Amino acid sequence: MHPDGSNAIVTEHLTREFGTRTAVDSLNLKIASGTMFGLLGPNGAGKSTTIRMLCTMLPPTRGDAIVAGHSILLDAAGVRRSIGYVSQMLSADGALTGAENLMLFARIYGIPRSIRKKRIEEALEFMGLAEFGSKIVSSYSGGMIRRLEIAQSMLHHPPVLFLDEPTVGLDPVARHLVQEKLKELRATFGTTILLTTHDMQEADELCDLIAIMQSGRIAVVGLPEELKRLAGAESMDDVFIHFAGKILEKPTTFHDIQTTRQRARRME
Amino acid sequence: MISRLPAKEPDAWNSDHGPIVFLRDTAAIVAVELVKLRRDPSEILTRSIQPALWLLVFGQVFGRLHAVPTGTMNYFTFLAPGILAQSVLFISIFYGISVIWERDLGILQKLLASPAPRSALVLGKALSAGIRALAQGVIVYLLTLFMHVPLNWSPFALAGVASSIILGAAMFSTFSLMVACLVKTRERFMGIGQVLTMPLFFASNAIYPVSIMPDWLQVVVRFNPLTYQVDMLRALMIQGGKSAFGIGTDLLVELAILFGLVLVTARLYPSIVR
Repeated sequence: MHPDGSNAIVTEHLTREFGTRTAVDSLNLKIASGTMFGLLGPNGAGKSTTIRMLCTMLPPTRGDAIVAGHSILLDAAGVRRSIGYVSQMLSADGALTGAENLMLFARIYGIPRSIRKKRIEEALEFMGLAEFGSKIVSSYSGGMIRRLEIAQSMLHHPPVLFLDEPTVGLDPVARHLVQEKLKELRATFGTTILLTTHDMQEADELCDLIAIMQSGRIAVVGLPEELKRLAGAESMDDVFIHFAGKILEKPTTFHDIQTTRQRARRME
Repeated sequence: MISRLPAKEPDAWNSDHGPIVFLRDTAAIVAVELVKLRRDPSEILTRSIQPALWLLVFGQVFGRLHAVPTGTMNYFTFLAPGILAQSVLFISIFYGISVIWERDLGILQKLLASPAPRSALVLGKALSAGIRALAQGVIVYLLTLFMHVPLNWSPFALAGVASSIILGAAMFSTFSLMVACLVKTRERFMGIGQVLTMPLFFASNAIYPVSIMPDWLQVVVRFNPLTYQVDMLRALMIQGGKSAFGIGTDLLVELAILFGLVLVTARLYPSIVR
């Protein structure tokens, strides 16, 4: 595969197996630069595994992907320089202040010393955290921590940003603010954003393009309106049930449920 | 206001390669640990209890027996560097749990998706353990001072002891990180940590000289990294202290082990999030 200028993310038969289970099954996706792309699907559909492969945290069993012009197989370091990643967990360090959390990543991303401080101030201001930079993160609310994590991931102005369930466990006000900030981020920097979510309304409002995953495969990709038409549905919830409905009845693992609930509790 | 910047910028920033990026990122990880330690130094105090017990209770009682042939130095003087090495070992060998904790929090995933070299993430953690271990050095020095142990106060010796503590802690904590990458859960890690510490401690020259050990143990002791750590500390810390293997050999053995462990652990590091 060759880097494709107009596509920020291209996957080619991207596959990941865990033992006998195929978590992601020959995924072929093309995501144009500047797109807000929503990856939807029930628990265990392969959304997080896909993101972890695209972020080079997990090698694929087969296939490849080009992220921001770099192959995840041949140039993992190039991929890592060009992306930002927000984990589905609450990953800011509670023992540090907001600014200290950002400083660690400013250093690691090689932001020159001369502009580090300015970048950190800008990122805090952009995410509405300007007054809280010197406060310890353990005193932040769930929404503030999430915005800090997004600030952390965009410090180096990456062309591609991955967010794994960025609004899970947030109250409606905090969720709305995070969504607004993501829109602003895309508008300001032209960032390609790939996010996963369980919230169909969020996907409808936020994303240009939506893919619904089911058992490691893409069941359907399209504009929100297209998907509604295809499913003959009024709402995105109905679209989700139409394309992923059968899977919802499949039992998920106790561990998955425990993890999801713990995460939601920590965000409150 | 936010400045618009060309999308290629992150690539340009990271045009530095190899050693510069490695050192920069290692220093960034260490800096975070320093901030945390400065903010909450309470663990330094709680960790001072164990070496105090070994020196003041075990050392005093055993010293009265005059059963251990320690040459011209008394038993307490012989024991002090051993207990320093032991306390460095004990705090470092459980350091790997921090990476399991960071994995569960999602901090590690974010670091692994960043351009920081994996080896810098590992060495950064290892040196952070080294800095925490320095506090043990201060505690043991205070205790031994109180017990009138003839310490070597030359700046060369002090710098040597400090370097040796950092090196030893880095070595054992990297080993601990490697174990954490292999076992992946807190429960299994704690079990293995317990199993490792005692054999490392007792099969070393920390509390008795190699010469009184049975032949088979004298062989085992030479494969124990703690032996070289104790040997170096005994030579540097005590007035007229002598090294059995030579400080150069001790240093080389430890550096080689650390280098090997960092390489292996850097390769294993991403597997902990899988």
